[in-house]
Amino acid sequence: MDLLQMKNITKLYTENRVLNQVSLSIKEGEIHGLVGENGAGKSTLMNILFGMPVIHSTGGFEGEMLFNGRSFLPKSPEEAMNLGIGMVHQEFMLIPGFTITENIKLNREKTKPTFVSKIFGERLEKLDLNAMAKDARKSLDKLNMSIDEYLPVAGLPVGYMQFIEIAREIDKSKLKLLILDEPTAVLAETEAAQFLDIINKLSEMGISILFISHRLDEIKKITDSITILRDGEVVKTIETSEISIADMAGLMVGRNIEMIRKKKNERNAGDEYILEIKDFKVNMPGERVKGLDLKVRKGEILGLGGLAGQGKIGIANGIMGLYETSGTIIKNGNKLPLNNPREILHSSIAFLSEDRRGVGLLLDDSIEFNIGFSSLEVQNKFLKKIGPLNLIDEKKIREYALKMIEELDIRCTGPKQHTRYLSGGNQQKVCIARALTLEPDLLLISEPTRGIDIGAKKLVLDTLVKLNKKLNMTVIITSSELGELRQVSDRIAIIYNGKVGGILPPDASDEQFGLLMAGESLDKVVN
Amino acid sequence: MKDLMDKIGFPRFIITVFLIGLILLAVFLKIPLPGLITDILVRFGMNAILVLAMVPAVQSGIGLNFNLPLGIVFGLIGALVSIEFKLAGFKGLLVSILIAVPLAAIAGYFYGKMLNKIKGQEMTVGTYIGFSVVSLMCIFWLVAPFKSPELIWAYGGNGLRVTVSLESSIGHILNNLWHFNIGKVVVPTGLLLFFALCAFIVWVYNKSKKGLSMRVAGSNEKFALSNGIDVDRERIIGTIISTVLAAIGIIVYSQAFGFLQLYNAPLYAAMPAVASILIGGASLHKAKIVHVIIGTLLFQSLLVVALPVINIISEGSMSEVIRTIISNGIILYALTRTGGEEA
Repeated sequence: MDLLQMKNITKLYTENRVLNQVSLSIKEGEIHGLVGENGAGKSTLMNILFGMPVIHSTGGFEGEMLFNGRSFLPKSPEEAMNLGIGMVHQEFMLIPGFTITENIKLNREKTKPTFVSKIFGERLEKLDLNAMAKDARKSLDKLNMSIDEYLPVAGLPVGYMQFIEIAREIDKSKLKLLILDEPTAVLAETEAAQFLDIINKLSEMGISILFISHRLDEIKKITDSITILRDGEVVKTIETSEISIADMAGLMVGRNIEMIRKKKNERNAGDEYILEIKDFKVNMPGERVKGLDLKVRKGEILGLGGLAGQGKIGIANGIMGLYETSGTIIKNGNKLPLNNPREILHSSIAFLSEDRRGVGLLLDDSIEFNIGFSSLEVQNKFLKKIGPLNLIDEKKIREYALKMIEELDIRCTGPKQHTRYLSGGNQQKVCIARALTLEPDLLLISEPTRGIDIGAKKLVLDTLVKLNKKLNMTVIITSSELGELRQVSDRIAIIYNGKVGGILPPDASDEQFGLLMAGESLDKVVN
Repeated sequence: MKDLMDKIGFPRFIITVFLIGLILLAVFLKIPLPGLITDILVRFGMNAILVLAMVPAVQSGIGLNFNLPLGIVFGLIGALVSIEFKLAGFKGLLVSILIAVPLAAIAGYFYGKMLNKIKGQEMTVGTYIGFSVVSLMCIFWLVAPFKSPELIWAYGGNGLRVTVSLESSIGHILNNLWHFNIGKVVVPTGLLLFFALCAFIVWVYNKSKKGLSMRVAGSNEKFALSNGIDVDRERIIGTIISTVLAAIGIIVYSQAFGFLQLYNAPLYAAMPAVASILIGGASLHKAKIVHVIIGTLLFQSLLVVALPVINIISEGSMSEVIRTIISNGIILYALTRTGGEEA
């Protein structure tokens, strides 16, 4: 029997049709995957299902919903929750200073009557912490979590927080349907695997699960059936066993994406080293580098991979000198100064941060300004001299920006548009354009496709490969997505515990990469 | 209507409506308009440079400079020294500025260094530094070795007067430069031109490479760092420019006012300046010269028109009370909107 049926849902935001005749049904105890690019309408659909106020304040929606066979039109999240729908959000909704127990039982606390409450009513009853802890323990046990329920949430690893969110949902006795919005986005690969086991367990307990994710391999592995959305319409609803990942990606994007790496032409990577790093230490919180040695060949694309927290992000930040650093960096035979970003930029190195919106862009300034600024600041380009004054040559910046916008195909309303309003992929292109303006021979790029949807991902990666080939630019690309590294890199260094665990060719087996990431030595991996 | 309001911003809309109401009332009460307009022009020129001092502060990332009194006391010292040496006219004005600027620059440098140690709390700390500086200077005014009879108390002895008349030195010197009449309205050309000059210098600096580095350092520290900008240095530069402008600003203010006000007078000098630029549409992260002009014009007009109107229709000093409520209300409103709004 279908637990949830959504029939012909249509939603308009002013004139803009974001959902068109979308139907979706979920059986009891089933794991249903919802797939779609950014902007395909997934969130809007969930907001409707969860009765979010934003839906009703913008004119409601058309269509019909049945939950448990009865008509269902939630006006508020509370109403949806009372019926047994739970949601784990992409951003955690936990209170850091509270204990795990308090977070799980938040707003559903167990209480004991006291003298005061007898007079003033039950809102003043005393919390029954023991009973609450017992309940929390029960939910945590269901998730195979051995963690102490009295610990405060602040300072726990991200993975644990995700589990606590779920524990809170399953603690609700009536829970029938659990919505998971990109739950594994913040988890490392091992945590994600453990997480998927738990999802399976929940479904065996009879809870239906609606699973939203960008990671198609996970969807393939765990779900029973799938609904694919594109541009606000259902493209296909199908049993998972009847569709391949490649087909899924194809339907989602609407064009065929080559998931398999093309056979690469011979690259011009010589034996010469452009960059040598010795005994390199970077004090970046959460991503410490602890005495790393690495040599980078001229003209190659070197991938830096590894699990979160092992220090791969710290390397590029350290070379740039954004965090306290020690050791030796030698580029083309010259020793580079440490902790001096300006000197590094003068040495033909460009850097694209993993924190694109925070470090990489001035969100409230125009595209042209973002593109031109670095080389204006560092190399005195785009200046005109009037008397003793160095003034900015806005005309030159405009011309150059227009050229870059065309070359990199940045989709925007014009060079004056503020970068805040661009999509992730186009923002990344603006960053790349800025780096190119510096005419570097070494490009450090971190997490180039984070937060970018699958279509734009390919464009960004293709751009990097093209730059490498055409301009013979050496690229060091740091990424959490191994698949992407294997797609573009000539060599991949796996970082473990702040050091290079080993360097593998991109066509090495999954197993070898997996073992290196888990900290096994290279000799053991190769044998 | 709503589009118009979005375009000019809610606070400016309210104030403009209030101001128009007051002007209509003034006409109705037969208060002579030419006099009011002359006053508005003079008060605009008097205050605009002090408001302009907020621009480099906001741009360099230290937020609104509540520590305006720091620059002001050095401006006062410059003016006092020129009077002590019996300098008058433009020579006096020039010497006042030449003495005040380096002193203010040095003070701004050390204040900037200090602000780099307390990032994120510049405005609170600045307010109290301002209060402390004023109190400290109260002692200085008492023991300062000035001898000119124009400066010390009429009965002799040590210490400076509370208000020093500038009638025989630099009083109204800019106001009367090239001034002309349009009907009964007097246009203080020199005063307005002097502001225009200061604004032009700040504008050119904004358009230069150095000014751009400062603005980027102020708007995104991490971005600036990754582009090789020394953020702390840019913040110090912004603080210095702001302090120097405050020093020049008070000299211009005093010559138009006709008096130097010592002791506790600079205590709340920052408030009207802060209110003006916020009314003009600046935020804690973005300030332009056009904000200075719009804000000062609105704020000072309000002040000039409200005084006679409200004094006629109500008893006592209601006008001052209402003006205070409005100006502080605007500061409060703007501070709660961290994002600010486009001008």
